[in-house]
Amino acid sequence: MIEGIFVEGLIFSIMVLGILISYRILDFADLTCDGSVATGAAVATMCIVGGLGITAGLVLAFLAGVLCGLVTASIHNKLRIPGLLAGILTMTMLYSVNLRILGNKANVSLVRVDTLYRLFPEAFSFLPQAFASLLGTLIFVLAVKVIMDLFFRTDLGLALGALGGNEQVILSQGMNPATLKLIGVGLSNGLIALSGALLAQYQGFADANLGQGMVVQGLAAIMIGEFLFSSNRISLITLRAILGGIIYKALMFLGRKYGYLIGITPNDFKLLTGILVIISLTVAQTRAMASAKGARKKALERTMGHKEETNA
Amino acid sequence: MLEISHVTKVFFPGTVNEKLALEDINLTVNDGDVICVIGSNGSGKSTLFNMIAGTFPVTSGTIKLKGKDITNAPEYKRAFMIGRIFQDPTKGTSANMSIQDNMNLASSKGMKGLKFSLTKERKAKFRELLKPIGLEDRMEDNVGLLSGGQRQALTLLMTTLSRPSLMLLDEHTAALDPRNAEIVMNLTKEYIERFNLTAMMVTHNMQFAIDYGNRLIMMDEGHIILDVSGEDKKKLTVPALIDEFRKIRRKEFDSDEGLLTT
Repeated sequence: MIEGIFVEGLIFSIMVLGILISYRILDFADLTCDGSVATGAAVATMCIVGGLGITAGLVLAFLAGVLCGLVTASIHNKLRIPGLLAGILTMTMLYSVNLRILGNKANVSLVRVDTLYRLFPEAFSFLPQAFASLLGTLIFVLAVKVIMDLFFRTDLGLALGALGGNEQVILSQGMNPATLKLIGVGLSNGLIALSGALLAQYQGFADANLGQGMVVQGLAAIMIGEFLFSSNRISLITLRAILGGIIYKALMFLGRKYGYLIGITPNDFKLLTGILVIISLTVAQTRAMASAKGARKKALERTMGHKEETNA
Repeated sequence: MLEISHVTKVFFPGTVNEKLALEDINLTVNDGDVICVIGSNGSGKSTLFNMIAGTFPVTSGTIKLKGKDITNAPEYKRAFMIGRIFQDPTKGTSANMSIQDNMNLASSKGMKGLKFSLTKERKAKFRELLKPIGLEDRMEDNVGLLSGGQRQALTLLMTTLSRPSLMLLDEHTAALDPRNAEIVMNLTKEYIERFNLTAMMVTHNMQFAIDYGNRLIMMDEGHIILDVSGEDKKKLTVPALIDEFRKIRRKEFDSDEGLLTT
């Protein structure tokens, strides 16, 4: 059972990495996620069911996600509306698109076809099935993480980071922020869709409603991760996002398993996730205020001490 | 080098808030000019800079830079030739990135590729460049940890890395304390001289505007009312400048800041 939480958490963490790009690195509040995660699941499922194979399914799911991101970023760039609204528009439209991809069915199952979670136990046959799935997912996630770390250390990756911090810097360096947003939001949703593609294979079906509330869950995971340690190094930032994703899923598991003791049912999870995000934000704010207070006190001490010296 | 002809800028045209910010501005900046721009608040200095840099489009008129018509070019394209430093020290650097990454970003203009260009040699070069501003041992620190003066000095360094054809300095020391303002201003003078830059600098300090640069422009109500250079500029004094203003505009010089900082 414990391996199941880790597999679920790892798959989820790819989506968290995607949300990390839009929310934290680009500072672009993107709600496309709720739609694109289901798009990824739907595309991968239809590819696998249709006999195109797992690799093609994953690649096409990623590309479909990139396309979703490009739509959101284009709406934002061309119509000059806030990213939030652009994301909601794309997300809403994607619901219909996802149903189309699934052949106008609400869900399509992946029974009697080869999926990653059938290949992993074969590839790692020296392990029990559950652990083989865990190892396979872990390798997959680590590969995604390493590629992402490398990408954000390239000149282009740095430029994306700078855009989130300060758009004027990008303009001053002769880069078009609109192009960078296309790249960033595209990649973000590519990862989110990839996460959906894995999830569909793990749970054995794709569902048009798969993405509901995913953004908030991803945000909760990012915030949990940020409590673990603070750093400005991309490798540690992605690591803590992954850890946050796993911890979030573990918390949800505990809620499912022991929640009944205090009368919590899975129906309450969305409410609890929202409250978790609010608590995280409150704690982060209190911390920031406390450190500002500390700095003020130190500065005061310094000037007071300075005065005493001059008096003496 | 820079030719501004008949540039007019109207904000909120056709509304009750309609404001004529610049009216029929004509200005030619020659290679190597260092121009101090003075004028009271709302006289159009910043709007003029915004028009040159391309932050907002002009209402009418043309702007040419090095013979190329840039009137309709977007801001990011003009940035290849124009380096601009703002009053706000946070505008020129990215706070959540390290000093070396910021400098790396500024080393070349234009869209970036999938390269790792922060090499050892480049780091060594940055280290050397950072020595005069005392930041050579903090290259991996986030820029957000620096003081306003340090950030502005870094911005200056980053802007000169790409040797812009034209530097626009928009009261870039006004937000700093006197000591840091002096340090940044001295650096500015040093870089302008060393790299032989062409620069336009907005300042509220009339004495400074008289002492520094080869040309002085005074703006009022969207017009350039005075343009002095060479020997004439050397003879200027603050009272003479205020007198001149009275004569041209037939009104009192009303900038408190202008008077306070002389």
